[in-house]
Formats: sequence, C-alpha cells, structure tokens
Amino acid sequence: MMTRRRRDPFSLWEKVADAVGRMREPWQSHRRASRTNPHPNPSPVGEGNCAPLHLRHVLTARGKLLFLLPLLALLAGHALAVEPDEVMKNPALEARARALSEQLRCLVCQNESVDDSEAPLARDIRLLIRERIREGESNDQVRAYLVSRYGDFILLKPPFQADTWLLWLSPALILGLGLAAALYARRGTPRSTPALTAEEEARLAALTGDRASAGSPLPLGEGQG
Amino acid sequence: MIVEIGHFALVLALAAAFAQTVVPFWGARVGDDGLMAVGRNAALIQFALIAIAFAALVNAHLASDFSVLNVAENSNSAMPAIYKIAGVWGNHEGSMLLWVLILAIFGALVALFGRGLPRMLRADALAVQGLISLAFLAFILLTSNPFERLIPAPFEGRDLNPILQDPGLAIHPPLLYLGYVGFSIVFSFAAAALIEGRIDAAWARFVRPFTLVAWSFLTIGIAAGSFWAYYTLGWGGFWFWDPVENASLMPWLAGTAFLHSVAVMEKRDALKVWTIFLAILAFSFSLLGTFLVRSGVLTSVHAFANDPRRGVFILAILAMFICGSFALFAWRAPMLKQGGLFAPVSREGALVVNNLLLTTACATVLFGTLYPLALEQLTGQKITVGAPFFNLTAGALLLTACFAAPFGFSLAWKRGDLLGVAQRLTLALIAGAATAAIGAAWLGGRSVFAPLAMGLGVFVIIGTAIEVVMRAWRPGLALGAALSRALGLPLSFYGGALAHLGVGVTLLGLSGLGFGAETIATLHKGAPVEVGPYSVTLNSIEQRVGSNYTEAIAPMTVRSGGVAVAEIAPARRQFASREMTTTEAGLKTLQFGQVYVAIADPAADGTVPARLYWKPLVTLIWLGAAAMALGGALSLADRRLRFGAAVRAKAGARQLAQPAQ
Repeated sequence: MMTRRRRDPFSLWEKVADAVGRMREPWQSHRRASRTNPHPNPSPVGEGNCAPLHLRHVLTARGKLLFLLPLLALLAGHALAVEPDEVMKNPALEARARALSEQLRCLVCQNESVDDSEAPLARDIRLLIRERIREGESNDQVRAYLVSRYGDFILLKPPFQADTWLLWLSPALILGLGLAAALYARRGTPRSTPALTAEEEARLAALTGDRASAGSPLPLGEGQG
Repeated sequence: MIVEIGHFALVLALAAAFAQTVVPFWGARVGDDGLMAVGRNAALIQFALIAIAFAALVNAHLASDFSVLNVAENSNSAMPAIYKIAGVWGNHEGSMLLWVLILAIFGALVALFGRGLPRMLRADALAVQGLISLAFLAFILLTSNPFERLIPAPFEGRDLNPILQDPGLAIHPPLLYLGYVGFSIVFSFAAAALIEGRIDAAWARFVRPFTLVAWSFLTIGIAAGSFWAYYTLGWGGFWFWDPVENASLMPWLAGTAFLHSVAVMEKRDALKVWTIFLAILAFSFSLLGTFLVRSGVLTSVHAFANDPRRGVFILAILAMFICGSFALFAWRAPMLKQGGLFAPVSREGALVVNNLLLTTACATVLFGTLYPLALEQLTGQKITVGAPFFNLTAGALLLTACFAAPFGFSLAWKRGDLLGVAQRLTLALIAGAATAAIGAAWLGGRSVFAPLAMGLGVFVIIGTAIEVVMRAWRPGLALGAALSRALGLPLSFYGGALAHLGVGVTLLGLSGLGFGAETIATLHKGAPVEVGPYSVTLNSIEQRVGSNYTEAIAPMTVRSGGVAVAEIAPARRQFASREMTTTEAGLKTLQFGQVYVAIADPAADGTVPARLYWKPLVTLIWLGAAAMALGGALSLADRRLRFGAAVRAKAGARQLAQPAQ
C-alpha cells in the first residue's frame, strides 16, 4: 500500500483508481465508469458529457465542480463536503483535521480542496486523516503519509524543493527585474529640469508681473491637475 | 432557413473582416482617404452581419430547433426561456460567437465615435481590430461552427448543464466578455500607435474611455462570477485561484495597471513605452485566457490531444498576436519620445510602484498557473499550485499595492512630499492599525490575514476620504467655498476615489472570512442549531416539481436571540435529463453578512445533513467590486473623457491644458 506505482502517463489515475478500489461497495460503479475514461479530468474540448462545460471553464471557477457531477449522479445521497458523521468529537482534533484537509487537493477534482470536495475519494481522505490523527500522529506525519501515497500532487501548497524553488522565488525575481528595469529607464534622464537662465528668469518675471498687475491670481483648485 | 441565413451572415462577416483588415491598412500606407474610410464601413457592416448570425442562433435556441447540433446538445424544450437564451453562450461554439459579437460591437463603436481621431490612427486601429476578428471568425467557421445541422433531428435536446441553469449564466459571461474583449480596442490602438511610431496625450485621452468601459465590465463580470460560485457551490467559496479564474484575473490586473499608467500618460505625457507595453499585455492575457480555457491544456495535458484542431488553431492565433505585437513593440517602441520628467516621490512615481506591484502579481499568477504544466512536460513530476501559494505570493503583492494606494492617491504630480502625505494620512494610519490590533486580539491569533485585511480596508477607506476632503477644504475655508470647490473637482477624480473606496470595502469583506462561523450538523425538525450569533431551525422537508427538475426543499427559520429574523429555503435539485443534482443554498443577508445554509439529500427519517455558515461582512466583497466598477463609470462620465473629445481638447489644448498643469 505504501509503495508508489510506476510512473506512466496515467500514474495519478492509477493511484486514484487504487484508492477508489479500496472503498466501499457503492463506489464500485464509479470505478468502473472511470476505468473506461482513462483520465479523471473532463476534457473541455472533447465530445460527450463535457461539451457543455466549456463556458464554465472559460468563465468561472467551477470547472472543478463539473467533474463532480458524474460522480454525484452515481452517488445520490452523498452531497456535502464534510458531512456530519465525519466530524470528530474532540473539537481540537477536528480543527486539526479541517486545517489539514484544507491544504490538500481533491485528487479527482480540478482545484478543490479535500475539505470542500464532495467527491467520495475526498471523503475517504478526510476519514483517513481523522483516523491517523486519532491514532496520535502529528500533522506532519499525516501529511508525509499522504505525500508518500499520492505524491506532491496532493499538496495545494507546493513544497519548497529542487523543482519548485523557481516557482516560489518567481515573485521576488520578477519584482526585482521590474525594479531594475524601472531604474534602468530612469538612468540618463536628468534628475530635474535645468535651472532657468537669467534671460528666462527675466521673461518669467515680466510675464508673472503682467499677470499680477492684471489682477487675476490663480483661482483656488488650480494646480492640482 | 434562418439558421442558414445566420451561417451565411457569418461567412460574409469573415469577408467584411478581411476587407477591414486589408483596405484601411493599405490606405494608411499610401495616404488614400477613400481607402482608409473603408475601415469604418467595414466595421459597421461586420457588426451588422455578426449580429444577424447571433440573432439566428438565439432564435434557433428559443425555438428549440434540434436539427441544429448546438441546440440539440445544449438545450431542451422544457427549459425556461431565459435559460434557452443564456444557453446560447453556455457552450463552446456559442460563447465564441458572443466573443466575436462583442469584438464587433467595440469595432463599431470606434467606427462611430472615432470621427475626431487622426485618420491614419483610426484606419490602422480598425485594421488591427479587423485582423483579430478575421482570426476568430475563421476559428469559428473552421473548427467550432455553431450552425452545424444534425440530420435527422432528435426529438428532444440533451439539456443545458444544470449548474448553468442559473440567472448567473445570463449575466456573468456577457459582462466578462465585454471586459475581456474590450481590451482588444486598447490593443488595436497600441498596435496602430506603434505602426505610426507616434503616441501622445490625445491617444491616451481617446483610449481611456474604452479602457474604463472594459475594466468596469471586467470588474463587475468577475465579481458576478465569484458571487455565482459563492451561492452555487454549497460551501460559500467565492475565489479559488482556479486556472479559469486566473485567466480572467490576469487581464484584470494588467488592465488595472494600464488604467493607472494611461492616466500618467494623459496628464503628464510620461511612461509612454510602458503604457503601450501594458496595453499589449492586457489583451494578450485575454487571448491567453481564451487559449488556456478553450484548448483545455490547463484542465489536462491529455485533453489537448482530444481535439488538436481547436487547440492548435487558438495557439496559432495567440502566437500571431502576442509575438507579432511584441515584435512590433521591440521594433518601434524605442522611437517613441519620452516626455514628462518626474521625481521618484511623486504621483507618477507612486503609479510606477502600483504598476510594478500589479504586473508582478499578474506575472506570479501566470507563473503559478503554468508552472505545473511546464514541470510535468519537462520532468514528469506532477505538482499542484493551489490557493495557499497564490495567497502567499500574489495576495501579499496585492495587499502591498492596497497599502500604497492612499499614498499614491494623495501625492502631487511631478514632485511629491511623502512626509506631508504621511502626516495627512496619520488619522487613517492610526485607525487602520487600531482596527488590525483589535481584530487580532479578538481572534487571538487564529488568522493573520483577517485583521490585516480589516486594518488595511479601514486605512484605504479613511485615507481616500481624507484626500477627497482635503481637495475641497483647507482649515480656515468657509463651508460654502469648500462645497463649491468640491463641485468643481473633475468627475474622474471622484471616479478614482470611489474605485479606491471600493478596494477598501472589498478588503473589509475579505476580512470577514476570519470572523465567521461554521456548523456541520444533521438537522431534525424543530430542533434549533446554532451558527455564529444565530440559530437555525428546520421546519419541514417538501418535494416540489419545477419546470425541468424536481427538488427537495427544506424551509428553515433563522432566529436571533429567540426572535425570527428570516425564512430561508435551501434545496437540492434533481435534473432528470442529465441525472444531475445541484445545491441551491438558502441565503439571507443580515447587515452586511449572510446566513448561508446548504443541505445534502434528506434522509428517509425526515432529517437532513446540512452545512450552516455565518459569514459576516461577506456581501462587502461584491459591493466593493461594484463600487470599483461604478468608479470606472463615473470617470467615464467626465466631460473631458467623452468619446471624440480627444481632438476638441487638442484644439484647445494650448489655452486649457497649460494653466491646469
């Protein structure tokens, strides 16, 4: 159970199917249905069930919800994310479980956390988390177990490691680049406009003198642009 | 027959788009006024033709003509008329048709109101607009034809996806597309300016109204989508950093940055190159979003292969416009003359900071969205970049931008006085810090974000208000004089102030997340369940039959301290045509917060599992967005920004502009 499967194009799916296979009877139908479709995500350009989903994909966040629908159809009766019967009696432990499951990705949905997902697999993971917490494991141990089983894919927050440091540092790098570009663009431009020459001063004095004598001071509110 | 007319009109529109692309562009090169004027007529004709095509498709949906494949797959005769219409854009083909319709509307607006523009600029801009139209019309006709027939016609349609059967579908996509596609005008004008190698304040003045229109619609469109998600999903989430949402957020961020930098260009003739760059960027993100979503690369790498024709076609369009425009930019931008010097601490400097933060946030969102895709292609490693990443990175950048907003809003042009501004904002700073401290103490460290957002929200609101007051009133000024000064301030100033207030209000709404309550329980009839300051009692469970669904509905009473304050009725809807179920949350707005109840399928023993939430201040999230969009509209109403004002203003520029600066 702890061993990771060989990597192939559908490795994730293998894991999902494996997990689903361990579930209780009613979900067998889901497994069968899924086997015929080798990828857990609906294809927004494909034919069939997913065709009407395009708009949602371009427009809103609920792409993830759409994938749940076929599951829901097969599983009438399971319709909430965290369900009353899952909740642990100890509120401190339950809070830990919730906090953990909020940081995990539902493996069959596009971008929903295990905490928010209505998918049976997400429920299974939520129950698993609670079971492990009840057995006294720390948050890190539970997380490590899930990562060993499902890979980094299950973590909504990617770990900082060799293949993600670029991702994590990207905002700082981009901001730094932008700053450098802004400073570079300023280079060469004069710090301020050069001081007026004596001739210009004289002309200005003449002009402003005229204006003052004409009795038209700048009205209030001017100069604010 | 009507369907064939629509199809034919679409083909003719393609021809019109071709004429609009080639003729005015050629005319501008050889300096022929007659050829340049063709662009105007072609744009109007193209709009009329696409409108006919769109009307034909709407008609087919309304009439439930199942001999049209698009109707048979996405409609059903039992659906209410509003969903039959909304269903037109509730699918790939129809939504692409809406896309080009809105593109044509904007083209027609330029044709109608661009009379005051320099002829060459208008001709080139219309030519670029025509090219975009040409590409997408070809895409529709070659790979996604909504008028395809299905013979023999089925007796009944497959029905629209139940989650889409919601008023949200009628509102959200058109608004969002008006924003998305509205940036095409900005793009076309940027490209035209680059082709000409000339850009000035008049350009900015003409482009700004279109930017405001596009930005306001995009803002309200995203907010509408977020609200739709909120009440449909059943747990009250409203933003998920989903790739699809990110696709709409990126043009918004780039567009917001553009809106700010184009103001600098209009007022101070500075930041020209950067403004052009942002103009290209904003629409490039719109195109990128279209590609990401339409091709399906984001949902799944494998989905891309399912229909390579569509994906590759959009990729080609994307490459053509983005690479083409950036190549043009690299070639021509160095020729643009820079004007308007400014000190680092000034309104301009603050807007540069704003632009830096917004574009970095935008780039971070892009990076985070595409990184897993690239990583999987390169190493085979699958990772998830989810909400926690975006909250920590883009979220932090945006909060910083919010903090900077009142400072920038209060700084003077050219050379500002940061210390003076900080003094003016002292009250706001203190109020914000105090709010954050109280919030943090209240929560006892449970959330860092909530008190921070609340403090920031208060700071932004008060800081903006201070600036509005200070513009009109200085100590010692009589009230009447202050009022008349306030009335004399330009509308665009009030628009900006309102938009900034909206940002503060949205921050307050977001901070409410940390103060909410959640109860997960099995509800029994007559037994109250506590959620936050309220108690909710299940009254009964009823079965009802709707137009094309059946639903289990659970009326409940919300009480506060024993007094009934609201009746809500969450429901589960069963759609037979697709064997799908949707959750209809029971919602009640109390003050600015909401009581939110979602139920699961009722059990046989008359109980129902439910999730109950108290979400304080949550409505402020969308009210703030509405204020931002309204701010955009208010700026749009400013006399100086009316369509076509560019040239009149230019004529009088010598007299008017100089004292105003």
